[in-house]
Amino acid sequence: MSSDTPAPEPQSQTLSLPEMEGGGASGLRAVLGGILSSWSARISAAVLLIIVLMSVFAPLVTSHDPIQLDPAIRLQPPSAAHLLGTDSYGRDMFARIVYGSRISLLVGAGTVIVALLFGMIIGVLTGYFRWVDAVLMRVMDGLMAIPGVLLAIALVAISGGTLVTVLVAIAVPEIPRVARMVRGVIMGVRNEPYVEAASVLGTGMWPMVWRHMLPNTVAPLIVQGTYIFAAAIMTESILSFLGAGIPPEIPSWGNMMADGRLYFLLKPELIFFPGVMVSLTVLSVNMLGDVLRDRLDPRMAKRL
Amino acid sequence: MLSFIIKRILSAIPVLFMVAILVFLVLRLAPGDPAVMIAGPNATPDQLQQLRESMGLTRPLLEQLIIWLTNMAHGDMGTSLISGKPATELIMDRFGPTLALSLSTVVLAIVVAIPLGVVAAWQRGKVLDRLVMGLSVLGFSVPVFIIGYVLILVFARILGWFPVQGYQPLSNGFVPFAQRLVLPSVALSFPYIALIARIVRTNVIEVMNEDYIRTARAKGLKESAVLMGHALGNAAVPIITIIGVSIAMLIGGVVVTESVFNIPGLGRLVLESVLARDYTVIQAVILLFSAIYVVINLVVDLLYGVFDPRIRY
Amino acid sequence: MTNQAETDLPVLSVRNVTIDTIPGGAKPIVRDISFDVRAGETVCVVGESGSGKSVTSMAMMGLLPKDALRVTGGQILLDGEDVLSVSEGRMRALRASKVSMVFQEPMTALNPVKTVGEQVDEVLRIHTKDSRAERRRKVLSMMERVHLPDVERIYRSYPHQLSGGQRQRIVIAMALILRPRLLLADEPTTALDVTTQKQILKLIKELQEEEGTAVVFVTHDFGVVSEIADRIVVMNRGDLVETGDCRQILSAPRQDYTRMLVSSVPSMQPRCAPLTDQPKVLEVVGLSKRYGKPGKSEVLAASDITFTVRKGEITGIIGESGSGKSTVARCVMRLTDPTEGAVVLQGQDIAPVRNLRAVRQKVQYIFQDPYRSLNPRRTIAQSLMEGLVNYGMPEREAREKAARTLELVNLPAAVMERYPHQFSGGQRQRIAIARAIVMEPDLLIADEAVSALDVSVQAQVLALFEDIRERTGISVLFITHDLRVAAQICNALVVMQKGCIVEQGATRDVLTNPSHPYTRALIDAAPAPDWDFQNFRPLPLAV
Repeated sequence: MSSDTPAPEPQSQTLSLPEMEGGGASGLRAVLGGILSSWSARISAAVLLIIVLMSVFAPLVTSHDPIQLDPAIRLQPPSAAHLLGTDSYGRDMFARIVYGSRISLLVGAGTVIVALLFGMIIGVLTGYFRWVDAVLMRVMDGLMAIPGVLLAIALVAISGGTLVTVLVAIAVPEIPRVARMVRGVIMGVRNEPYVEAASVLGTGMWPMVWRHMLPNTVAPLIVQGTYIFAAAIMTESILSFLGAGIPPEIPSWGNMMADGRLYFLLKPELIFFPGVMVSLTVLSVNMLGDVLRDRLDPRMAKRL
Repeated sequence: MLSFIIKRILSAIPVLFMVAILVFLVLRLAPGDPAVMIAGPNATPDQLQQLRESMGLTRPLLEQLIIWLTNMAHGDMGTSLISGKPATELIMDRFGPTLALSLSTVVLAIVVAIPLGVVAAWQRGKVLDRLVMGLSVLGFSVPVFIIGYVLILVFARILGWFPVQGYQPLSNGFVPFAQRLVLPSVALSFPYIALIARIVRTNVIEVMNEDYIRTARAKGLKESAVLMGHALGNAAVPIITIIGVSIAMLIGGVVVTESVFNIPGLGRLVLESVLARDYTVIQAVILLFSAIYVVINLVVDLLYGVFDPRIRY
Repeated sequence: MTNQAETDLPVLSVRNVTIDTIPGGAKPIVRDISFDVRAGETVCVVGESGSGKSVTSMAMMGLLPKDALRVTGGQILLDGEDVLSVSEGRMRALRASKVSMVFQEPMTALNPVKTVGEQVDEVLRIHTKDSRAERRRKVLSMMERVHLPDVERIYRSYPHQLSGGQRQRIVIAMALILRPRLLLADEPTTALDVTTQKQILKLIKELQEEEGTAVVFVTHDFGVVSEIADRIVVMNRGDLVETGDCRQILSAPRQDYTRMLVSSVPSMQPRCAPLTDQPKVLEVVGLSKRYGKPGKSEVLAASDITFTVRKGEITGIIGESGSGKSTVARCVMRLTDPTEGAVVLQGQDIAPVRNLRAVRQKVQYIFQDPYRSLNPRRTIAQSLMEGLVNYGMPEREAREKAARTLELVNLPAAVMERYPHQFSGGQRQRIAIARAIVMEPDLLIADEAVSALDVSVQAQVLALFEDIRERTGISVLFITHDLRVAAQICNALVVMQKGCIVEQGATRDVLTNPSHPYTRALIDAAPAPDWDFQNFRPLPLAV
């Protein structure tokens, strides 16, 4: 059947050119617009939008202070005054969840930026220069072998739990994976006839990377970025839950769950409310990532 | 074949070496003074200096690195700063529960995930496929400890089928051992079932587009025979890869699961060491897990040759 | 099966078959096709890409992709039984036992992780009740019938351990082991070298005659058609254009489309004389290319290659896959670094030059696959101007020059702002040619530049090469596996085998009076060497 797939060839010398369709650069935009046609993507996008709005306008969403302790109202059930009740220190659960979304989104976005930026630089260098590859990829192999969560726990333990430490600790283990992907794309595209054709035309190294190679990494980077975003939120909650994350006084979903552990059998909702928020956020991002992947880069489906 | 195995094992050594250097550098170069962390804020400068010297922190970094590598090469992973016991001894004490939990999780994940993935691929685009894939996204979107707590709440607290927490070694009898392992294994296997089932599905579907699948159909084979006889075998390599990656990724989940279910394994050891700032033990455990990762990769590489005759060494 | 009553009832009867996409498109992709095939007869279904010929044959096997295509009308009668209306189970029973298929790509048609013996055995396992030993005996004997050597060893081999020709023999063994009534062959020799093709065609013919099998042979190659067809079905964009017996279609086609198609096939008659009085543009002297470490793992891709290209001359390098012809081209372009030897371009040896930018302008390259040689994300203007701007031409000037060059390849300057995916394969190859000649090179290297194109488009692009040579006096190094194409446009020929030149000289001398047995074998293997397709008659002088 393969011989039947190419576009039919005009039989005469006169040209019948097809109508102008969205091509090249505008194609990506069309795809990004197009993903909203699937219902799962629409729901995910809506959920994320609500969470983003919630974090931006937190003071407008709730009038309670997420940090102020009030032992007089410890462990109250949900009520009109406290929508989701209060925790073991008498803090308003709803307010903590609303403010907690700020931490999660910040960690997610920060991790994506750090991981993609460094991963892309290392990936391009290793994909283009053989000798850099030999050295840097050994380092990346080593880094990949170290279990990310353990590394993060150790880093946080040594440097003390600040937002920046946590962010770096989560982002560093992601870098080798991004670098490998970019490197793979660059190496694959090196032998493409259009890259060789450009080299025949005397195109130098940087224009070659910029014009002919990097555009191929955009789609997989977007896809991988969404998955990293989700994974970072998850890892932050795990670190904080284990007591090796964000300082406990900062309201984060992970810290809330860590606080709730002692009272788990008594009041499981102290863990479940923030747990549902983490799951919902991560789920939405992952679903959006799946739709993006299907649209942008079907081969990426083999992603680990 | 043999020469390849030897070559491959030898090639793992520089990676281990690199891991050892990285672990050392990351822990040593991270901002913050270990001595201050251990001695606490109230220590006098003299006390701190003494502590630094006893930990070897006053020597040049390169010298520290060489000492650390030499010790590692001799199998000496250092002595705990807190208990004074050798790190290897502490690790051996905690190894059993972690091994039991990991093995049961991996077996459970593989046994459940491969059929799920194949069924989803077979029913591609239909209700069953959507259901499996939907659950799969959910599977790795919910934190393991949440799954753990839900299981405890339902099966231990409400139904009372299993003990809430804890661990019994196999030497105390199989039933108490198994009883306490079921919930943590199930909880921990969720994300891996999700991951492996997805990979199985994707790769089987991809293989189903190959020319030789058309050939198999042209022979008059039933669709199920095409799927099991021709597609699954060709999807084996990526499936083995993802199983290898899953085992390697398990470690993060183990720490959390042991913490939730109160299992005295290596994960708990790490947490205890972190809270006590016991660097030698942290370093030793990280290095151990990294070495396990490297070994698993090695095994996966060698398995490729078993499943794909085109890969010959 | 012996020939009894089959002579009056056709084995296969395709009646008014229409195939549409799901969901239905504006026009079905195969429309109202009817033809018959009798026992022992070979019917060739000929058409260019997009004609629907492959889809039609897949429909006969009931193997149309379920979610993409379906038959919306008509009947396909196999010994009177309509395969379009039988149950799934019955269709499975018919496959391999009554109707079999041989596919285009022997490289991918076999399961890579099972031995080929197992794969042939599987056919017997599902369709017969033979014992294991009985099946093994039958498989081995079938392997012998398709002339495989050392069948015990082949039985245990995996596909990657066999050559392309051997794999295709396995596929044929698999298809014919149950002695089906009908064999569908979908471009079974297109991916093979011409000498292997000849053997496979002979094998199919031989087995067909022994069993009286009806054969439907799907192909785009009129050379093959004229060798094997009893009758021909010509298809074009889903329509059946005409049917007739082989001789009639080749010598007196009734339809314009058939006339155009047949006359597009280049003849084996050399047309261009060598240009001995022109100055030399390229001299390759003692060029070698080795891969791997010296000693055990060393591969000699090209060895001691010496030849000359003169101004305004088209020099062809001819060879089968693995002959090293592309390696030579890549070395001349310096896409690959030669191990030894000199590449003298306009008097300067470029083999040791380190700054490639300085030499790149003088030589340009046209790649085989027009779908991959243009960056899909850049407009035609950007692609055409890239080289000029690289060498310092102001953008405005480069744009004007690109537009003028596009007209030289018969494309309007208006297409400058479009993207490659908006063009067909032939148009893309024109763009690739424009991108090369806009640089005003001294030498153009065309690496199988017309091989991926349909025959009618191929004829147009070949004409374009000659036209450009006429107008600009450019020299062309033309790499091809196709003797007909070489005969059509080359002044001189270099014949390569296994990395070495076996013969070179004027095209006329090489083709009419080959001195090396390999050249002789190549010429003999080319299908229908004595037919002048352009003039619908045998060649006046036998080559």
